[in-house]
Amino acid sequence: MKSQAQGVLHEDSVNPTRGLIGQSFATALNFATDTMTIAELEARKLHHDFTELLTRAVQPALWLLIFGEVLARVKAIPTGSISYMDFMTPGILAQSVLFIAIFYGIAVIWERDLGIVHKFLASPAPRSALILGKALSASERGLSQAVIVYLLALLVGVHINWNLPAMLGVVVVVILGSALFSTFSLIIACIVRTRERFMGIGQLLTMPLFFASNAIYPISIMPLWLQAVSRVNPLTYEVDALRPLMVAGGTSVYGIVTDLVALVLAMVIFVVIAARLYPRVAM
Amino acid sequence: MATQHTQLVNEPRTATKIILETKSLTRRFRTLTAVDKLNVSVQAGEMFGLVGPNGAGKTTVIKMLTTILPPTSGTALVAGHDIVKHSARVRSAIGYVPQLLSADGSLTGYENLLIFAKLYHIPRSERKERIHDALNFMGLSEFADKMVREYSGGMIRRLEVAESMLHRPTVLFLDEPTVGLDPIARKTVWEHIQRLRSDYGATILMTTHYMEEADELCDRVAIMHLGRVAAIGTPSELKASVGEGATLDDVFVHYSGYEVDSGGNWREVSSTRRVARRLG
Repeated sequence: MKSQAQGVLHEDSVNPTRGLIGQSFATALNFATDTMTIAELEARKLHHDFTELLTRAVQPALWLLIFGEVLARVKAIPTGSISYMDFMTPGILAQSVLFIAIFYGIAVIWERDLGIVHKFLASPAPRSALILGKALSASERGLSQAVIVYLLALLVGVHINWNLPAMLGVVVVVILGSALFSTFSLIIACIVRTRERFMGIGQLLTMPLFFASNAIYPISIMPLWLQAVSRVNPLTYEVDALRPLMVAGGTSVYGIVTDLVALVLAMVIFVVIAARLYPRVAM
Repeated sequence: MATQHTQLVNEPRTATKIILETKSLTRRFRTLTAVDKLNVSVQAGEMFGLVGPNGAGKTTVIKMLTTILPPTSGTALVAGHDIVKHSARVRSAIGYVPQLLSADGSLTGYENLLIFAKLYHIPRSERKERIHDALNFMGLSEFADKMVREYSGGMIRRLEVAESMLHRPTVLFLDEPTVGLDPIARKTVWEHIQRLRSDYGATILMTTHYMEEADELCDRVAIMHLGRVAAIGTPSELKASVGEGATLDDVFVHYSGYEVDSGGNWREVSSTRRVARRLG
């Protein structure tokens, strides 16, 4: 038994006979498996508790069935060739994804009060894999929201774009959007460190992020200063990408490629920051 | 019990291979020096205890050795790797059970172990067997598919220790392994830690503020006071140094100047109580 005791793990990551390319490939592979392991952990937790997913359906329903129906009657917002309901549905999807993701960081504060963060930080998994894994797991919640918003959209007669590649595009954008904002949320959690402060800041951030975006009205009708804010708000690019992908006749202002680049860029920046801040949580 | 330990130790001691060594390890938090130029070495196969009152710096030492907290100055070698320069290698070679609750209550015992088996890259072919062995070893087999939030405090601790041993670490860190447990659960955890050591030959560094625990489990003990080692030796050496008939409690009081209940600030008390509540 004793000979076994001398660290059997990770032989592959420190094998000197392997070439440089082989090694970096192994590193990348390890990074990917670590990320997926963390995502799997969170997914398993979610599957043990389905009620959470259902209660999440209430908010988008309120926005689409009440706010949307009323504003559609007023016809006060210029939405081009599509109806107001068609215009706002991608915005509501992005918003409900945002609302879930933005409170995701509270889990880190909870884990910090326990010893879970310590345990992960003492494991060989890279910090950024821990962050990315958590971010991806938030995507599962985001995708469940997408299903709900599609169902609600059908109910209110939104003209859905049933093109399969476009729908896969929606999946990608929703994954990016949830991962992005949940990482942002992790950053906040790492800074404020207590539940009370975090809840306060979360509340404080969601509405401005939502209103300072093109989710429920086009940027062009905003005052100039708000337009400037909207253009640095990742939510704007998320909604802009979702519009043509989700709705028949929907158009993107910046182009989907620009949107995706903006989202990926924001994601990378957030993961880098979060990976630096996360270890401080356990100190 | 103590004599039995000395015998247990004899074999690894003849080999005398130092597996963990701190070199002027220091950590300051603003003006407070939590750990002050610590120099300790631990031999392979040894069960080493850090004891001391709350705030003596035990947990800070463990956090630095597990690379969670960078030292302000100084360093340490753990399983041959420098904790500052090669923290990733250190992390691969160690197992760690934090003082606070670290098992995930919303997963089953099996799932808790599965996630860690994956995170430590235990080959797929061995995963199942290792997990079942670990559960079996810790007497948790029949609870494998139960949610951990239904476990008792002692079971949770055993699960956490099982988790930390899955990848057969060279050095295992246990931070207050029995805090908040009732005497019976504590005894069971002790037995499992002792068996772990005799079956797998791991080197174990543990912190505790229960003197009887250090006396029962540890080959050598360092008594910490204000970030420094006030005394170090086998439990019997320490007792002899204070006087005839002394208990380890007397040793503790003698070296730490820890007379009455002065332990802990609000944060420590609240976290210890929380652990106690969640585990108990």
